[in-house]
Amino acid sequence: MAMRIVVLGGGTAGTTVANRLARALRPEIRRGAVEVTVVTDRDRHWYQPGYLFVVFNERPLEDFVRPERALLLPDVGMVVDAITRIDLERKQLISPHRHYPYDVLVIATGSYPDFQSVPGLAEVTYNFYTPEGAERLRDRLTTWTGGRIMIVQDVPHKCPAAPVEVTLMLDDYFRRRRLRDRVEIVYTYPIGRVHAAEPIADWAKQQFDARGIRYETFFNMEAVDPKRQVVLTMDGGEHPFDLLISIPAHKGAGVILNSGIGDESGFIPTDRHTLKMIGQDDVYVLGDATNLPISKAGSTAHYQAEVLVKNLVDRVRGLPETHLYNGKVACFLENSLGDASFITFDYDRPPKPAATSELLHWFKGMYNDLYWLTARGLM
Amino acid sequence: MAQATKTIDARGSFCPGPLMELIKATRAAEVGDVLEVLSNDAGSAKDIPEWAKKMGHTVLYVEEAEGYWKIAIKKER
Ligand SMILES: Cc1cc2nc3c(=O)[nH]c(=O)nc-3n(C[C@H](O)[C@H](O)[C@H](O)COP(=O)(O)OP(=O)(O)OC[C@H]3O[C@@H](n4cnc5c(N)ncnc54)[C@H](O)[C@@H]3O)c2cc1C
Repeated sequence: MAMRIVVLGGGTAGTTVANRLARALRPEIRRGAVEVTVVTDRDRHWYQPGYLFVVFNERPLEDFVRPERALLLPDVGMVVDAITRIDLERKQLISPHRHYPYDVLVIATGSYPDFQSVPGLAEVTYNFYTPEGAERLRDRLTTWTGGRIMIVQDVPHKCPAAPVEVTLMLDDYFRRRRLRDRVEIVYTYPIGRVHAAEPIADWAKQQFDARGIRYETFFNMEAVDPKRQVVLTMDGGEHPFDLLISIPAHKGAGVILNSGIGDESGFIPTDRHTLKMIGQDDVYVLGDATNLPISKAGSTAHYQAEVLVKNLVDRVRGLPETHLYNGKVACFLENSLGDASFITFDYDRPPKPAATSELLHWFKGMYNDLYWLTARGLM
Repeated sequence: MAQATKTIDARGSFCPGPLMELIKATRAAEVGDVLEVLSNDAGSAKDIPEWAKKMGHTVLYVEEAEGYWKIAIKKER
């Protein structure tokens, strides 16, 4: 019987792993010795970093979505079904319709902003972390005539740089529309500087100061009063806004919480080097779904996929799994609608932003399209 | 020394970093819990006590181990 490798989740991580596996294990798959199947709950695939460009009306949302089946190689099986429970003991995925047995499971179920995590937040907030949110915020900005925009955030959230980026892009957007003097932009952050990573904080603070962007540190949201349009913070402060953009604390997928295999927020305890679920030899985890203390980013998923696939190929071929993930992450940082910076770091090396340039912005723009090649496992 | 209710191994974490891991854990913890963070980011020895004081939590210890720091706080509110 074929060895069944089941990938749960058809996002960045799951799609990349499945395609790379299909390419590397082509002889085994064609011979019927291995099956690679993606089980995912939607038939479309979103490129999430694209939402930022939707907000500023630079690109339409349709540019950032593809049918998942078109991204997966023909050798990869695909099932669209919402899994409600992962049964590690019987080695199967369970949905209301069916059971899916596996020999090896790769969990890539991502993470989600929890707008319910702060009382009152969901009623008034705008966001750019969901496709609908990005379009709604875009439409609000196009009719905006002025006032105070406040950016609030909580941890953990994917793409730790995105709140800084949206702030800098808002500044540029309103300058280009000749409305900047009517808009007050207030960026907030939970600790004593504007970003947790010191080099990013230094870079962002310099930009904020030079561009008249206000910021408040040690800003920890407790509740939002939707009627009075104020954010209440843990230190007893009240902060009025006209437009609130939030990036709330994220959670792992519902199925992880439901299966009791994650921490209190639904992130799965994962070995930082082998990417195996702690205590499980047949279960691997990658992308936003892990509990690793590193950035939840598409690039993280990409570098993890490279390591994980090498080990799975060795496993299939009866060789020892010797490849270790070194914590590598890489991110572009948009500085405006026309220039960008870039950082890379791993478990041993802290980030250091590159000088901003138009070229880096141009490259990020290209990556919006190159992404589809990454997902296909070609890059 | 107080026994940690939970230890967060945030070594190798630069972005978002050990303090952010601690904030996440603090939210999920009960009042009175002791949370210990392991960090190899020198900044943590300053950032974590600064944040904890501001938020009204007690800093129990900031210790240097072999190549990393062990910092514990008690959740007070
Ligand atoms: C606005 C924004 C900007 C960003 N910018 C960047 C950036 O510049 N650079 C960068 O590297 N990253 C960026 N990211 C982060 C990046 O998009 C994510 O980190 C990445 O998509 C994580 O991949 P993943 O596969 O782990 O999760 P996802 O891509 O979210 O995929 C999860 C998949 O699991 C499926 N799933 C979940 N539950 C179930 C279930 N029960 N049954 C079946 N299927 C299920 C979902 O349908 C989905 O397909 C950004 C994100 C946002 C929102």
